[in-house]
Amino acid sequence: MGNTRIAFGEAVRELALEGKDIVAVNADTEKSICLDLLKEKFPQRVINVGIAEQNMMMVAAGIASTGKIVFACSYAMLNSMRALEQVRTFIAYPYLNVKIISGLSGLSGGMEGVTHQSIEDIAIMRSIPNMVILDPADYNATKIIVKKASEYKGPVYIRLGRKDNPDIFDKNYQFKIGIANKLEEGKDACIIATGLILDRAIKAVNILKERGYSIELLEMPSIKPIDREAIITAARKTGKIITIEDHNIIGGLGGAVAEVLVENYPIKMKRIGLNDTFAESAKYPDLLDKYGLSINNIVIQTEEIIINS
Amino acid sequence: MKEEKDLLLYLKSISKKIRYETIKLAYEAEYAHPGPSLSITDLLVALYYGELNIDPNKPNWEDRDRFVLSKGHGCLSLYAILADLGFYPAKENLKLRKLNSLVQGHPDMRKTPGIDFTAGSLGNGIGAAVGIAISFKIDKRQHRVFTILGDGEIQEGIVWEAASIASHLKLDNLVAIIDNNNFQASGPVEKINNIELIKNKWEAFGWIVIEINGHNFTEILPALKLATSITSKPTIIIAHTIKGKGVSFMENDNSWHQRQLTKEQYQLALNEISSYEEGEKIG
Repeated sequence: MGNTRIAFGEAVRELALEGKDIVAVNADTEKSICLDLLKEKFPQRVINVGIAEQNMMMVAAGIASTGKIVFACSYAMLNSMRALEQVRTFIAYPYLNVKIISGLSGLSGGMEGVTHQSIEDIAIMRSIPNMVILDPADYNATKIIVKKASEYKGPVYIRLGRKDNPDIFDKNYQFKIGIANKLEEGKDACIIATGLILDRAIKAVNILKERGYSIELLEMPSIKPIDREAIITAARKTGKIITIEDHNIIGGLGGAVAEVLVENYPIKMKRIGLNDTFAESAKYPDLLDKYGLSINNIVIQTEEIIINS
Repeated sequence: MKEEKDLLLYLKSISKKIRYETIKLAYEAEYAHPGPSLSITDLLVALYYGELNIDPNKPNWEDRDRFVLSKGHGCLSLYAILADLGFYPAKENLKLRKLNSLVQGHPDMRKTPGIDFTAGSLGNGIGAAVGIAISFKIDKRQHRVFTILGDGEIQEGIVWEAASIASHLKLDNLVAIIDNNNFQASGPVEKINNIELIKNKWEAFGWIVIEINGHNFTEILPALKLATSITSKPTIIIAHTIKGKGVSFMENDNSWHQRQLTKEQYQLALNEISSYEEGEKIG
């Protein structure tokens, strides 16, 4: 098990130790987003602006305008909604080098309830020009993705979870913005998953394999830009695509994949995610189970699309 | 003494030139904000010709002072100044608000040389200025950052988020100026959402407050000097100004917040500005 917030905290500390000119701005979230790791060694590089997310984005933008790499760290629903105008007009539009770090993404806010969950952020961020959107699947992936994002000069939105999640990748995890990661070869259908839900997608694929299906599995850590080529190739090969995301089925990974398919290689697809509904307060795994993201539902939906076509 | 007098005469002559260009820009752009630009003309002239450490040949010079026009709609005079200083050719300003232009409807740091930060949707510029000031502090650099806000603009909640953290972090390299012209888009500020006790509000937020006549260089220049000499606190200069200052038919007539000039009005305004004796009317 590993925690993506800790992975982020470790990654930024390592970046500072490497001598990178970074600053992490936060809105009373420095403990929650694990910036204490950076603060310990570099107190002047952690700026807590207090409970003020809109101003956090403006401060981040201002610092970035002087040439530094800035991480703006709060929760997904605040970064993508409360501070949206600041993100759009003053970070994305001027193409400033700010990495927007979003904890509690998807349903990972869990027991806090709908106020602290974020099933809309990918759709919102996708509609903003210049914005790169990344959704790492585990601890090691997060660490590597955060470091790669810091090498990219421009705005990036990165989703993090909250509690510990199963480990999937090791330290040799390969990541490139805009590139999918093929985890399984198969010919009956292709499952495309992003973020922490990848763990459940892998488990579903294993069950489907036991049942005799040949399933291709793509991890899509980069939702924007999206790997069009990988999607079209998988579509040609398998003829059926299933997307899985901890997000509303509208406008997120499923929407992005559908846009690529319908314009290039229209085939049958199924989007698995929250079915345009708000969730509730409960433990993260229980929420995933209830709101369409159980391993069983992934298996059933995949079998259905294979059998019906 | 003589040098000081020369500087004042010089700044007054610059203000006259910039007001003239501001009206030209307002006319060429067809529909822009002459009133809110003329109220800050003298403040901008004092900053750009008397205070800021900048180099028009090196708009991205790392060691320059920074300026953020938080009330971005007052950009006509700023564009006139940037072109006059040589940040870009003056003819570019004639394309204001038109396709393929270097100068945008509101200030754009990526398109216009000399613009340090994109601004325009109100309330946000001061937060960016706070970020710039923080960055200078981290690097122990001595440069300063200035920002101008509208008086109506401080109705935006985010202004106070920025104000609070600026004093908490003791950002003495940050100077804000309020263009206190008493009007906002839909009418007098006091009738819409009165910001009275403005001085007390900023003092309560931990800022040093200086009040001046925003059209008098003998008050603006010392205020800027004083503001940049203060330590451990950010400073705000409340500049009492007149919306539309310098063109009689625009002064305190809020219809000129955003309005197109007719050809007759255009000529009338230019004639009036041309007829200023040096030192008359302005200052």
